[in-house]
Amino acid sequence: MNDIIVSILIILGGGFAAIAGLGLLRLPDVLIRMHASTKAGTLGVGLIVLGVSVYFASSLVITKALLIIAFLFLTAPVGAHLIARAAYRRGIRLWAETRMEDAAMKTGSFPAKPTNENSPHPMVDHDLDESHHS
Amino acid sequence: MEFATNIALGLTAFGLVAGCIRMFKGPTAADRIVALDLVTILLVAVSSLLALRLDNSAYLDLGLALALVGFLATVGFARYLEISTQVPLDDEDAALQQGDTELKVPSREKL
Repeated sequence: MNDIIVSILIILGGGFAAIAGLGLLRLPDVLIRMHASTKAGTLGVGLIVLGVSVYFASSLVITKALLIIAFLFLTAPVGAHLIARAAYRRGIRLWAETRMEDAAMKTGSFPAKPTNENSPHPMVDHDLDESHHS
Repeated sequence: MEFATNIALGLTAFGLVAGCIRMFKGPTAADRIVALDLVTILLVAVSSLLALRLDNSAYLDLGLALALVGFLATVGFARYLEISTQVPLDDEDAALQQGDTELKVPSREKL
């Protein structure tokens, strides 16, 4: 019974790790890639470490495993935030289909589908490009 | 049980290889930092799976130390990228710093 739980947990965790790698490889842009790697990677490692603590089932190992999980869950968002801030301030090029609509975001009625088909790339990195290499 | 551990090790190894490919060819420096972050996190997973496979709980300590060092490396590289103006962001940025503005318009469609 224990073995079945451990097997399910570690295979689920390995699957999430593989999905994180796949997302890092296939997604189009730094900020979107960070989305895949941080969330799916942390969840995969958490599941695997949880499976290990179920397998050993001693208080020392469970303490270590909870320490690893707590540390990862605390540091992964901080690290991702720092990378995203550095990339944004250096003026990274966004994906060509990224849209920023400030007024719509403020009123909370952000359209699910972009309505302005005439200008395909509004606001994508035009003023970011000038600022970062001066 | 051992079969499940092998499957999980294989899946994690796939994630590691994908992270290494992204670190090798990532177009910007920020891509490489993200890939480094994922690779260290997945190495924690590998050391935990080794603890299962070799039936030795001491490998969990290795995972804890790796998580600490990996976080410090990520923070350090991110701060360095943010502060330094010497590191070119990618090939196009390096060309721009050398005054070659012709590259700018055509390669914007690259992503």
